[in-house]
Amino acid sequence: MNYNWHWLIFWEASPDGQGTYLDTLLNGLQWTLVTALSAAIAAFVLGSIIGVMRTLPSRTLSRISMAYIELFRNVPLLVQMFLWYFVLPEFLPWGLGEDMKRLLPPWGSLVPAVLCLSFFTSARVAEQVRAGIDSLSKGQKLAGLALGLNLRQTYQYVLLPLVYRIILPTLTSELMNVIKNSSVALTIGLIELTAAAHAMQEFSFQVFEAFTAATLIYIIINIVVVIVMRFLEKRVAVPGFIGTKREAVITS
Amino acid sequence: MYDFDFDVIWRSLGYLFRDGMTFTLMLTTCAMVGGIILGTLLAMMRLSSYRFFSAPAGLYVNMTRAIPLLLVIFWCYFLLPYICGYVFHELYKISPKPIGDLLIRIFGYQVQDGTPLRIGAFTSSVITFILFQAAYYCEIMRAGIQSVSQGQMGASYALGLNYWQTMFHIILPQAFRNMLPVLLTQTIILFQDTSLVYVLSITDFLGAASKVAQRDGRLVEMYVFVALIYFVICLFLSYLVRCLQSRIAIIR
Amino acid sequence: MYKLFFPLSVALVLGLAAPVAAQELTGTLKKIKDTGTITIGHRESSIPLSYYDDKQQVVGYAMDLCMKVVDEVKEELKLPEIKVVLNPVTSATRIPLIANGTVDIECGSTTNNLERQKQAWFSPTYFVSAIRFVTKKGSTIKNFQDMKGKAVSTTAGTTSMKMMTELNGKEKLGINLISAKDHAEGFLLVESGRAEAFVMDDILIYGLMANSKAPDNYVLSSEALSLEPYAAIIRKDDKSFKVVVDRAFKKLYASGEVETLFKKWFQSPVPPRGVNLNVPLSDLQKKVFAHPTDSGDPKDYE
Repeated sequence: MNYNWHWLIFWEASPDGQGTYLDTLLNGLQWTLVTALSAAIAAFVLGSIIGVMRTLPSRTLSRISMAYIELFRNVPLLVQMFLWYFVLPEFLPWGLGEDMKRLLPPWGSLVPAVLCLSFFTSARVAEQVRAGIDSLSKGQKLAGLALGLNLRQTYQYVLLPLVYRIILPTLTSELMNVIKNSSVALTIGLIELTAAAHAMQEFSFQVFEAFTAATLIYIIINIVVVIVMRFLEKRVAVPGFIGTKREAVITS
Repeated sequence: MYDFDFDVIWRSLGYLFRDGMTFTLMLTTCAMVGGIILGTLLAMMRLSSYRFFSAPAGLYVNMTRAIPLLLVIFWCYFLLPYICGYVFHELYKISPKPIGDLLIRIFGYQVQDGTPLRIGAFTSSVITFILFQAAYYCEIMRAGIQSVSQGQMGASYALGLNYWQTMFHIILPQAFRNMLPVLLTQTIILFQDTSLVYVLSITDFLGAASKVAQRDGRLVEMYVFVALIYFVICLFLSYLVRCLQSRIAIIR
Repeated sequence: MYKLFFPLSVALVLGLAAPVAAQELTGTLKKIKDTGTITIGHRESSIPLSYYDDKQQVVGYAMDLCMKVVDEVKEELKLPEIKVVLNPVTSATRIPLIANGTVDIECGSTTNNLERQKQAWFSPTYFVSAIRFVTKKGSTIKNFQDMKGKAVSTTAGTTSMKMMTELNGKEKLGINLISAKDHAEGFLLVESGRAEAFVMDDILIYGLMANSKAPDNYVLSSEALSLEPYAAIIRKDDKSFKVVVDRAFKKLYASGEVETLFKKWFQSPVPPRGVNLNVPLSDLQKKVFAHPTDSGDPKDYE
């Protein structure tokens, strides 16, 4: 191929004086993981609340939850990223916007990125939690209530423990999605893995090597997530439930 | 407080829709058609009982789904010209003269000397999205094909149809109908994802808006407007999909 | 020294000795002849060299120069018409896109330096700029040392980015660099208060300041870091194309036409806001026109 291969580039010093190009990439990986994991945790909590709201008898709560889901699902992630980074600080009261803008890198872009990914992913988690609850037989809820549990207790002790075990496979793919989606944060200046590969390419002009390395790292992350989650799924699978059929989901 | 100037939207409306939205819609359409075709082929390969077909298709789908779209966009824009130049050059070298001449006719003389092939921004993004979305369409079509009962396949073979006839006349039409809502939902996601070509400075809808926004220093107005337009379009489309879903459900 | 001028001198000799024979075409020229199109890489916000005007058309000093190159290519190939395809590039994408054949010639604000000459070839220098920074009025940052611990923006893929990264590494200043996709975005980071300073070539800062909402709110630093000779980039080792490009620039410089273009873009009102940048035609600039050079060594410009 018409290209100057130079695979040893990873062990050469990068111009930032803080180590080699490999360190640049690993540093990017670190921010990818920090962003993705914090967003995943926030999205899990938020998504559970919104998803449960969607199934509650209250029409108002259900409508609010529906609007929330539609809002975050129908605007492209990149546009949402810009809204959190460029638009939100202009509207925050009490000088909070100014404070947000004055956060030093990487926090200045990390905070909007985590917020953005959390809300974006929470809408998707909410849909899965709702689908999980809907998939349970009506009898579960009625039985819980008939036993004298109130609604909150029914959700807490009967429905949700089952639902989480059933939707774990889809949550796995959501976790992968949030890791992949964190790359969009490069547009607001967060030097995560993809951005690090791009920066490496900028300084060294070794396009192939930089992007191959980033691709491999993403694939390794994917494999690790799949292995860990598969182990977890085996542990928590509900015997005899349709939800335990997880063949199609593992691949993502 | 921020001084708003919504006039900037009005002034650039023509540019936003005539240049930007046209590009976005063209890209979405091309990627959808190409992606569904390639995805269906991949699905057929994945379901094949020959490992020679199923293994590479499985590898392709799982790998593509493990890496972020942004990385794929960079890969294609920067590296596809090298790869295509190399591949077609090798093809040219081994093929007899008439085919070689045809290759030159189609791809230009670069085939002859092995220099990188010129692939424009639009072609590059179309190829990116076809390659990337095919992995997702593949999983949908695989589920669709599996949703058609095995008996149909057997019955059709018994009637003396061969594999391709069975697929095209019996299985795929039903698979498509069963999966139409999911395919369309995936296309809405594709429509949103096309905004990521922004990173290549291409003038899609978001790209056009951000060019105006940055030139006039009107990020807030433009990004809110873009979010609104995407929201309205996607909401409307997903509403249509839901209507379609209920109609199909009745027919079945 | 001799080595630096070597490509240019060889190119000139070749150019004078034998106008490339039509059947012997190679590289970019052959590509242009075969396809009847040339792809020009342009910038989004390198005012006034290569940028979008208020009608979203690409204009600028470098664009005008490149159109002269296109004319020269037409003449060389004896083609009545060449279709010009415009492809937007950023600082970070221009060199990979030249190398991978997406773009044939990039006309913007690309600094010619020795490191980049390993990746691409350059046309004769057409403008000389210097790296400075812009802050809001009243900022405490007066020179590069003052940036210690502050948030500073610059554009990804530029010599400024590289220089700041190295400065940071060498002098342990702990500057928090924010990398922007293009110059307009980098400047907006200062306007919105996210960064305290934007480091960039001075001519580009002039252009952005002049077109900002309130030009009087900004100050350009007096301290400058380095000289930045701007040139168009073409593919490496493409001798025949280089000959034509060099010839086009030499003609422009010899006829004095370039000074008209210089006046048009640097000393008269330019779109989008009709501001006159009032950049004087410095001695350095005159020297570059009088003795065309594609040297990437800053010493040759002093």
